[in-house]
Parts: sequence; C-alpha cells; structure tokens
Amino acid sequence: MKRFLYELTESWKIAAAQMRSNLTRSTLTALGVIIGIIAVTLMGTAVNGISIGFDKSMAVLGDDVLYVTQWPWKPVDDWWNYRDRKKIKTEYAETLNRMIAATPNSNLVIAVPTSNLMRSIKFGGNQVDNVFVLGTTSDFIVTSTIDCTAGRFFNELESRGGASVVIIGYDVADALFPSESPIDKSVLINGQLFKVIGVNTRQGTFLGLFSWDSMVAMPLSAFNKYFSAKSESDVRVKVKDKTKLADAKDELTGLMRRVRGLPPEKKDDFSINEQQAFKSTLDPVKNTIAIAGLFITGLSLFVGAIGIMNITFVSVKERTKEIGTRKALGARRRTILLQFLIESTALCLLGGFIGLAFAYLMCFGIGKAFPSFPIHFSVGLVLISMIVSILTGLFSGFAPAWTASRLDPVAALRYE
Amino acid sequence: MTSDHVRQAGPIVIDIENITKDYVMGEEIVHALRGVTLQIRRNEYIAIMGPSGSGKSTLMNMLGCLDTPTSGRYEFNGKNVAEMDDDELAAVRNREIGFVFQTFNLLPRSTSLRNVELPLIYAGIEPERRIERATQVLTDVGLGDRIHHKPNELSGGQRQRVAIARALVNGPSIILADEPTGNLDSKTGEEIMELFEDLYERGNTIILVTHERDIAAHARRTVHLRDGLVEMDHAGFIPELDLPIPETTST
Repeated sequence: MKRFLYELTESWKIAAAQMRSNLTRSTLTALGVIIGIIAVTLMGTAVNGISIGFDKSMAVLGDDVLYVTQWPWKPVDDWWNYRDRKKIKTEYAETLNRMIAATPNSNLVIAVPTSNLMRSIKFGGNQVDNVFVLGTTSDFIVTSTIDCTAGRFFNELESRGGASVVIIGYDVADALFPSESPIDKSVLINGQLFKVIGVNTRQGTFLGLFSWDSMVAMPLSAFNKYFSAKSESDVRVKVKDKTKLADAKDELTGLMRRVRGLPPEKKDDFSINEQQAFKSTLDPVKNTIAIAGLFITGLSLFVGAIGIMNITFVSVKERTKEIGTRKALGARRRTILLQFLIESTALCLLGGFIGLAFAYLMCFGIGKAFPSFPIHFSVGLVLISMIVSILTGLFSGFAPAWTASRLDPVAALRYE
Repeated sequence: MTSDHVRQAGPIVIDIENITKDYVMGEEIVHALRGVTLQIRRNEYIAIMGPSGSGKSTLMNMLGCLDTPTSGRYEFNGKNVAEMDDDELAAVRNREIGFVFQTFNLLPRSTSLRNVELPLIYAGIEPERRIERATQVLTDVGLGDRIHHKPNELSGGQRQRVAIARALVNGPSIILADEPTGNLDSKTGEEIMELFEDLYERGNTIILVTHERDIAAHARRTVHLRDGLVEMDHAGFIPELDLPIPETTST
C-alpha cells in the first residue's frame, strides 16, 4: 500500500515533468480536451438551464392547484372522444364553491374560474401582439404565486363590478412603456380601454411556456363583457393539503360529476389535471434534449480523448528504453501501467481545468449579454466535468499504458 | 569446468544448471543458449566474455532475471527464478540485482538523486530514508557534490557513476554490468574499473559482461561463451586464452 502511494506520487511527478518538457505537444493535445470540455460543460449548463426553466414554468401552475379542463394535459390518441365534450364553464366555479362550503372537512379550498384568449395590446405607438389575456376573479391570487412589482391585483369590488382594469406582465409593460410607469395609464385591448393597476414581477420566460411576463389579467366580468368570442375557460381549484392531492382529485371529480349531472354509468366528460401530470409529459422531452445534446457534444470530447490516446502511444514508443530501464530497476507491470495512465489523466485534467475556466467565463458572458438565455453553472457541473476529464484520461490512456506495461524488458532495453 | 578454484568460497548466489534459450526468428528457431551450467558465489568478480552471437547477452538477460530460460534450472539465492512470473522477477531485479548499462540509461530529466532514488521507490522505502540512502551512495561513488545535477550536466564518467550508485542503492546481491566502459574514453573507463575494484574489495559481487580483454582482465574469474555454450571457465585472466580459441578446446 505504501509502495503504491510512493509509486503514485512518483507517477504524478513524472507526468508533470513530462508535460513541462513537451510543452507544445502537451498544449496541443490538451486543446482537444479543452474544446471537448467546453462543449460538454456549456451543453450541461444549457441542459441545466432548460431544466430550471421548465421547473419555473411549472411553478406558475402551482403544485397545490387542480385544473378542471376539457382536454387532459397529456397526449391522447382518441382525441375525438374529447373533442365533443361540453366546454368547461366559468359558472362551475360558483357551484363548486357552494359545494365545497357544504362539505365538511373538504380537501378543497376554493374554485376560481379563468377564461383566456390571445389579443393585441396597444399603448400610444407601441403594440404587442399575441398577448395572453386572462379573465378571472379576485380569488385568483389564492391559487397562483403572483406578485406585483408596481401597483396591485384587482380587488373583489373591481372583480364583481367588471371594472376595466388590467394587471400586465413584465414584458408587456416593458414593451409598451419603455420609459415610464404603466400604472394608471390606459391601454387598448380589442378596441377597449383598460386602466393598468399593476405590473407583475418579472418571472423569466422559457420556450414560450406559461410565463406571466407576456400576459395580462383582468376581472372575469369585464373579460366576458368585451371578449365574448371563443375563449377557453378552465376552473382551477386550490387544494388544502398538497400531500393529499389524490384524495382532493377524487373529491373534485365527484363534485364535477354532480355539476355535470352525470349518471353513475357514464364516464367523466371533463379532465382534472395537476402540475405533476404536465411534468411527466414534459420530462421525456427535457431528457431527450439533454441526452441528444450531451451525446453530440460528447463526440468532441471523444475526439479529444483520441488525441490523448495517440500522444500517449507516441510517448510510450519514444520512451521504450526508459520503460526497459525502469523494469530492470524493479518496476512492475502495474507500476508502468499506472505511470502512463496518470500521464494521460494529468493531461486530461489540465485540459478539463482550462476548459472549465473558459466555459465559466463564457457562461458569465452569455449570462450578462442575454439574461433570459437559460444557462446555469453549478458546482455539481464542475465536479462532473472533472470526473469526466479523469474518466477520459483513464479511457484514452489505458490502451497505450497497457501496451507499455506488457513490454518485454529485454526488447525494451535494446530499443533505440 | 568447475569453479572450485574460486578464491573466495562465499555462499552460492547464482546456480544455473543446463539452461537453454530458444528464440523464434521468423521461420527459424535460434538456439541462443544450448545448455549452460554456472555457479557464482558471493563476492566473486567475474567476467563473461565471448564474441557476438555467443549467447553472452542472452546469458546476461537470464542472470539479470530480465528473461526466463526455455529449459534448465536457475536458482538465485536458493529461489527458483526460472518459473517466476513478471512481477516476481521485477521484485528480484529490484532487490537482488544492480544493473549497470553501457549507455548508462539514466532518466534524462531527473537529477542524480532522483535517478538513484528510483529503485528505492519501487522497493517502497519512505521518502526521508530514500533521500538519505541515495545521497549516501552517491557520496560513496564520489558524486556527493553532484546530487542535484541532471545527466546532461554531468560528464560520461560521472553519469556512469550515477548509474553505479543506482545499481548499489538497494544493496543487491549482484552487480550486473554490461559493457560498462563501452561508451567511455579509456582513461575514464579505467576510473570506472577502479570503482568496480573498490566495490569488489568492499564485498560486492560483480558480473562484468564484455568483449574487451582489457576490461575483463580486472575480473578474478573469466567465463568464455561460444555458440551458446561455456567454452572455458577459469580463475584469473589468461590473456592468451582470450584469443580466438581452436574448436578442439571446446567442451
């Protein structure tokens, strides 16, 4: 064990000396690994960022909220069975709330109706198209983590009275009011003026998935008054205890069947969804992106590894006589194997460090230049990169090191 | 030929009986050694001579445990070496044999100290003792002031001294020197031979492999090889016998 330790130390010293004396060669070879590690690490940060972006978008849905919808949040093969379902009506919310209030120990807290459609929104010369316009009640804030940077959400009075007020998302505010406060200004939606009473805190957007940044919210009664056209309606129901989500779902299913007046033999003609269901359909997508991305960038690291393997073979060839001498002095096969493995690993580690440093700087730069770009550098990523570097070194050094350790000492000593 | 006329009757270190070594070279089988029997005792100073192709190098590789014989018995300090695997042989080379090569074979980018330390690392000696021991041996061969020099900062003679120090550092049973003066001018070569003489006087066992009569003349016993067989094995050095020997005298 002690000997192994000494041999290990010795091998590191030799590796360092070897790199110093073949500086150009080592640098060029390490370059392959540097590029490989940069590619893999950047891909890793992007995958990380995508993952965080997904989670952030998911958080908007809330993990303690059930969504009553016409369509389920998952791909369906028998779409025709869903197409003809009756639409979800916003009035259901009131009925549900009465039922919840009448149920002792209900797992449900409150039902909130929402309707939405896409519209353009204008202020002065500025216009934003395809804004997600949401109509809801003042109870909405119970079901959603929504904050206002400026102003406030509409109150019950405005909600019931159908006041022409809106809360606008950060990006909408930014586009319409580049240099002034949007509060108390009136914006034009569908030819109708609405007074801005609040601006949402910036949430960050990712792949256009649900983000409050590019939407506006208004009282449902105002929404119904001005946007009678085809809008989508859902009912969201807040759950009391999110650990009893399944129970809550069963309870809500029962209530909805009563609302719809379904006889026991009929199937549900509505869907109840939660964040988790959505996640499980998106996760495979996320994983596919991650695997494909890492595989492709991994190829560049593989090319780097081949470079290291090649140079280690050259090194073994050049130092055949040295290997013979070492064997004559008592180096065992394992000693020689270790020495060359460590030489290739040292090269890869060096490349890994440099690559990681570059990747960090690039991430930092990208983060500064494009704040919304999903990129996330983490300690775990550093550790993984280092482990990948070491594995690359071991992988690429193994064949040459094995060859070296198997050399016949007599032939090696005679080699010129 | 026996070796009972050897001056010092130390215990037997090397005991070889009827060893052979065959090589396959292309289609042909080369019989490099055809049955060599040899005993070497502690504190002998022996020269192995012979023209090229006599099996001299092959025998040296056998003696140095760099190679194993095709057949025959080889005992080193009573241990059967002929059937050892690579790692066991490496351990024997590390502890029992000190190699001195014609081309010195020093690690070019390492200092004298690091070169001499190497066998100690392979033997698993702790760092402080390694440095102490290596410094001591380097001082013994007259390089106490050169321990931090690299080979390219040393003369040929000094390099060979470093190599000799490296051979000595683990306190081996034998020192196996292959043409140790082959790459040195004759004056430096003489100095190296004086060093060997000195080591011999201090109780070391030295095996010189050479084709130079002047060098072999330093040994106390000479073994002549020819065509893979021991042709003569005699005490001292008999210059006239080292001349090409008629076939009739072969054993």
